[in-house]
Amino acid sequence: MSVLVGTDTRLVVTGLTGREGTFHALNNRTYGTQVVAGVTPGKGGQDVEGIPVFDTVHDAVAQAGANTAMIFVPPRFAADSILEAEDAGIELIVAITEGIPAHDELRVYTQLKRNPNVRLVGPNCPGILSPGKANVGIIPASFFKAGNVGVVSRSGTLTYQIGNELAQRGFGNSSIVGIGGDPVPGSSFIDVIALFEDDPETEIIVMSGEIGGSAEEEAADYIAEHVTKPVVGYIAGFTAPPGKTMGHAGAIVSGTQGTAEAKARALEAKGVRVGRTPTETAAIAAELLSA
Amino acid sequence: MDLLEYQGKQLFARHGIPVPTGKPADTVEQAVAAAEEIGYPCVVKAQVLIGGRGKAGGIKLAKDRAEAEAAAQAILGMDIRGFTVHEVWIEAASDIALEYYASIVFDRAAKAPLVLLSTKGGMDIEAVAEEDPTAIARLHVDPLLGFQDFHGRRLAFEAGVDADVVRPVGALLAKLYAAFVAEEAMLVEVNPLIVTADRDVRALDAKVTLDGNSLYRHPENAALRNPSQEDAQEQMAHERGLTYVKLDGDIGILGNGAGLVMSTLDVVAQAGGAPANFLDAGGGAKADAIVSAVEVILSDPKVKAVLFNIFGGITRCDEVAKGLIEAFDLVKPTVPFVVRLDGTNDVAGRALLAEAALPNVHTEATMLGAAQKVVELAAAQGAPA
Repeated sequence: MSVLVGTDTRLVVTGLTGREGTFHALNNRTYGTQVVAGVTPGKGGQDVEGIPVFDTVHDAVAQAGANTAMIFVPPRFAADSILEAEDAGIELIVAITEGIPAHDELRVYTQLKRNPNVRLVGPNCPGILSPGKANVGIIPASFFKAGNVGVVSRSGTLTYQIGNELAQRGFGNSSIVGIGGDPVPGSSFIDVIALFEDDPETEIIVMSGEIGGSAEEEAADYIAEHVTKPVVGYIAGFTAPPGKTMGHAGAIVSGTQGTAEAKARALEAKGVRVGRTPTETAAIAAELLSA
Repeated sequence: MDLLEYQGKQLFARHGIPVPTGKPADTVEQAVAAAEEIGYPCVVKAQVLIGGRGKAGGIKLAKDRAEAEAAAQAILGMDIRGFTVHEVWIEAASDIALEYYASIVFDRAAKAPLVLLSTKGGMDIEAVAEEDPTAIARLHVDPLLGFQDFHGRRLAFEAGVDADVVRPVGALLAKLYAAFVAEEAMLVEVNPLIVTADRDVRALDAKVTLDGNSLYRHPENAALRNPSQEDAQEQMAHERGLTYVKLDGDIGILGNGAGLVMSTLDVVAQAGGAPANFLDAGGGAKADAIVSAVEVILSDPKVKAVLFNIFGGITRCDEVAKGLIEAFDLVKPTVPFVVRLDGTNDVAGRALLAEAALPNVHTEATMLGAAQKVVELAAAQGAPA
């Protein structure tokens, strides 16, 4: 088992014919993901190394049986592309695109929330990897192997860092889910932690947060009430000055809101152990797994 | 992107929100000419992005030409809590009867715009919220439905505004919401929102934060400048399309991915060092971007040592190594570098660095080891000359 993506995933890539879209879609296919279609308006009927291209997501669903969409189009087209995927009946939308305007994300989020049959992961995320089964996105899969640690993170490279430190200690992952660094993520820590809680293969959950917003604090409350599996936390941005956006659009301390200190304290108050470095975080997870 | 008060007021005016008549000025002569045009009494206000301007002497009332000149002279060039005043805003003085508060916040937790209205304006709203939370009326707006007239009435009645201004306050909130959406703001705040002796409703201050990701469709906003806030390195990085934030320390940092860079700053601080900057080279950075980034980092004279912390996903470590080698050729750095390369093409990247044998470049196998090494090297450099 794993969460969100696996052997049943049938992926359509919007923006497949772009340079980055082609590169990562082919990487995902090489890994074993069923990449069944691409969408580029006006290029329907072509193919990219054997992957058929359609004009609309609706065609990709009807003719190629796509159930998952990866959004790889530039920011100004991304909201439209996500809404098209939802309208076409796609169940899981993974939005890799960075730099989507926040008000676009707000409209998309509000619309998708009204449809119980769709889930959005991202935007501005590295995607989802279920080692040995499927890779949807840009996570460098060769560093990870199958195992029982579920990882959920707002940051891509930080996920690789923590995952790699776990791998060096001999542990693998059920799934690695990047929820993205934007102010309005389609899926929250809570959404993904709930999936890991129900996933029989996941024994322990590592959540990697960062400054900005209150998603980590909300997750702390949820974990205390609903999660039986051990959770290990990490928070980046203790040294971030207030009022400055630290790379991710959502990573900003506003006044006294959204500090790393407050997030770490909220998690620890609910019994979640929080590593002060990625190395310490991996060490705590390893210790809990070996216990 | 934070706007200065006058930029916010000009934005408000475009959306029909009543603001006092005013003009910006960046010289004393301009300020006096503006005051003469607007008439007296007028107010000369320092344009900096920091609270407490009034207490610092950055806001002065002028009853005639001589007072306007003296005020502009005193305020232009003044330092307010670390910010130099480069511009003033001259506006007609208002006859204030009541001070209210209104704002619209992009509420990340609720994932909806949050409209706030209070009759306790003119003071720190966070202090009001703490003392008397019931003094603030709040309402979330469905972003797909938008702000309705009844929203304005509900807020006005709940906040307890004077009966005769319920309608104009509601109308102002509707316009504020329209501005929030049209300009793609993360925050619009009016504190105080005043009722004049003639019972006119007006925005006497304006605090506006815009979404940087949406600026491509707002060229007018994208062109707004704020010279008092721009740091030389940040400006240079911005022009080169790099994600850079200036910090106070002496250890230059370059990494890939916002989360990893934030984490690197923390780990360096824990090792006893002080980061000089945040710099995210981004996913898939090529050699020329690395050269550009090294130039920006080293343009900060405080930097005594530099740490590269790369975990390659889309970013290829051999590209980073090539960039560093090129940068050494072009910039000829005199400070030590510590480099940690892991991930995509790490073996090739490390081999390139070994072969180049750059002077004073140390490679480390782990993030923690690299942080400790760079702190040690920076300390060994001693105090700056």
